[in-house]
Amino acid sequence: MSVRTLPLLFLNLGGEMLYILDQRLRAQNIPGDKARKDEWTEVDRKRVLNDIVSTMFNRKFMEELFKPQELYSKKALRTVYDRLAHASIMRLNQASMDKLYDLMTMAFKYQVLLCPRPKDVLLVTFNHLDAIKGLIQDSPTILHQVDETFRQLMEVYCGLSAGEFQLIRQTLLIFFQDLHIRVSIFLKDKVQNSNGRFVLPVSGPVPWGTEVPGLIRMFNHKGEEVKKIKFKHGGNYVTATKEGSFELYGDRVLKLGTNMYSLNRPVDTQTSGASKNSTSRAQQENIAPNPLAKEELNFLARLMGGMEIKNPSGPEPGFRLNLFTTDEEEEQAALTKPEELDNKVINIQAMQDQQRSEELARILGELEVTDQPRWSTSKGDDLLAMMDEL
Amino acid sequence: MKLSLSPFLLPSTLYTANISSKAQAAQQHTVKSVARFLSLSVPAPRACSAQSMRVHWCVLPFRVLLVLTSHRGIQMFESDGSIMVYWHALDTGDAPPVQAVFARGIAASGHFICVGTWSGRVLVFDIPAKGPNIMLSEELAGHQTSITDIATEPVQGGDCMADVVTADDSGLLCVWRSGPEFTLVTRIPGFGVPCPSVKLWQGIVAAGYGNGQVRLYEAMKGTLHVQISAHARTICALDLAPEVGKLLSAAEDTFVHIWKLSRSPESGSIEVEHCHGECVSNTQLCGARFCDPSGSSFAVTGYDLAEILRFSSV
Repeated sequence: MSVRTLPLLFLNLGGEMLYILDQRLRAQNIPGDKARKDEWTEVDRKRVLNDIVSTMFNRKFMEELFKPQELYSKKALRTVYDRLAHASIMRLNQASMDKLYDLMTMAFKYQVLLCPRPKDVLLVTFNHLDAIKGLIQDSPTILHQVDETFRQLMEVYCGLSAGEFQLIRQTLLIFFQDLHIRVSIFLKDKVQNSNGRFVLPVSGPVPWGTEVPGLIRMFNHKGEEVKKIKFKHGGNYVTATKEGSFELYGDRVLKLGTNMYSLNRPVDTQTSGASKNSTSRAQQENIAPNPLAKEELNFLARLMGGMEIKNPSGPEPGFRLNLFTTDEEEEQAALTKPEELDNKVINIQAMQDQQRSEELARILGELEVTDQPRWSTSKGDDLLAMMDEL
Repeated sequence: MKLSLSPFLLPSTLYTANISSKAQAAQQHTVKSVARFLSLSVPAPRACSAQSMRVHWCVLPFRVLLVLTSHRGIQMFESDGSIMVYWHALDTGDAPPVQAVFARGIAASGHFICVGTWSGRVLVFDIPAKGPNIMLSEELAGHQTSITDIATEPVQGGDCMADVVTADDSGLLCVWRSGPEFTLVTRIPGFGVPCPSVKLWQGIVAAGYGNGQVRLYEAMKGTLHVQISAHARTICALDLAPEVGKLLSAAEDTFVHIWKLSRSPESGSIEVEHCHGECVSNTQLCGARFCDPSGSSFAVTGYDLAEILRFSSV
């Protein structure tokens, strides 16, 4: 499949993650002077977002990302987001991280599925980047990093043909295949059915470059139009009014990829029978021995080596963020998680490979921290544990 | 009919071989065995590698071969999938690292099997009446971008002047006459959108495009006779019921449309009439086929759909 898909996947999922974290942090916002030591303030929120965005758009990291490569497994990608979410003083426990990832994935799946043209996935990406720039307005250095990535996206993707975009779209949709987690904001807006499937509307504007269906034109051998017949298409489409902009700044026209969360519309997932499909598929991936675990491990090590993690300076504790409405809910969610989702430790040959283990050890060494976050494990162990979970 | 995993979102992922009068039973059996087959023959861990796959039963004069394509190469099996008779590795020599490498587009013409590739080259294999002695006979150079689909028409009586059509990502169509050496008959230029699916019937080329249009051309000269604004999203599959000249178009807009093709007795111009439209709610279709040559029923597959849906006329 297409080897140009990873940057789009990563940036859009990252964008959704930021929308969700921003919304949750605002929801738990306490005015600065009234806050206790362990409560979130506006200053904390901005700091967390700055830290995550700056890690995400780190130059070395982006270089690795943009190299032509196949999409790796869902588990490998999930590990990257685990890492990214902990790039600041914020801490998420397993249940909250699971929920965050479910929301991110379903949101981007929805956006890809509903893109009118395959090329519009680039507009979705630009929508995410525009919004990210809005979140970190106060930091010119990070803004510059984001703009650099914007330019790189334009350079790589704006010249691609419709056929190449169709291949990218197919690669993305295959990645999201058979995921049917129900998201309450989607259910409320009626864009998702109770069986977890998205609603595909048959009305509204047609994609830019497509005609409204319903017309048959017939020509003679000289090329002159001789007959025009209408037929009943079944949908209720209208002409597209204008094309979205692919420039650094501009009206994207498309709403997909913009922030759909707000204080009044809390994020929420329901895990239900519908999600069993995804867990059984994940289980299939778990069971089959993966001879490419080494390659994925290598990729992760390179990516994470490129991720400069800002270590919290001074004796600040890590702040825990709960994606659920109460702590009890979060605990409950952790308990009711199906057995199969618990990450099993799989023995990986990688450690027997002298060169690999030296490389990993070097990277781990660079990531060691001196102060303790709220969790008792150190960051080094954290990374290793995540590696083991592949 | 349920499949354990929903079909990959690739155009034309559904194929039926109307081999004999037991077509119905054969179809049920063969579709099931393909589902089983795909999960066995492909190296399981690297899920990505399975996904460039196309599959097609090639009906040749003395045998039927099952042909599978992927990003590694082309495999040919006896029709029940039991024995692999031929393997062709794709030549990736001059492909830049950003290029996806794959084979796509499979069709049989006489005793040849044509397979398209990522580079635009069309490989022509010469197939003996039995046994594994298959040879690469020719590489057709007519396209500059990846092949999307190939269509052929059984030779009617002695003299068929145009019996193979190849289509690519730029929308370009090439019409050929098959033989020990293939000859290019005409080229039909694209207009900026891919042509994911093409069919050939009685000298008419039917092409489905990425912008939802269906176009009908005169095969010999390449003249455009009919242009239909048929769908609101890319067309994923076309199929023909040759006995009655019915054309089926399925697209990612969830619709299937059935058209009746004909030629005007006075001018010989190609004409078309809309027969029927069907909406498969909330399903981006990825494959569609008539279940029999008279076009009285058709089947569809879709993204995230674990079933093959069959529609019959009453």
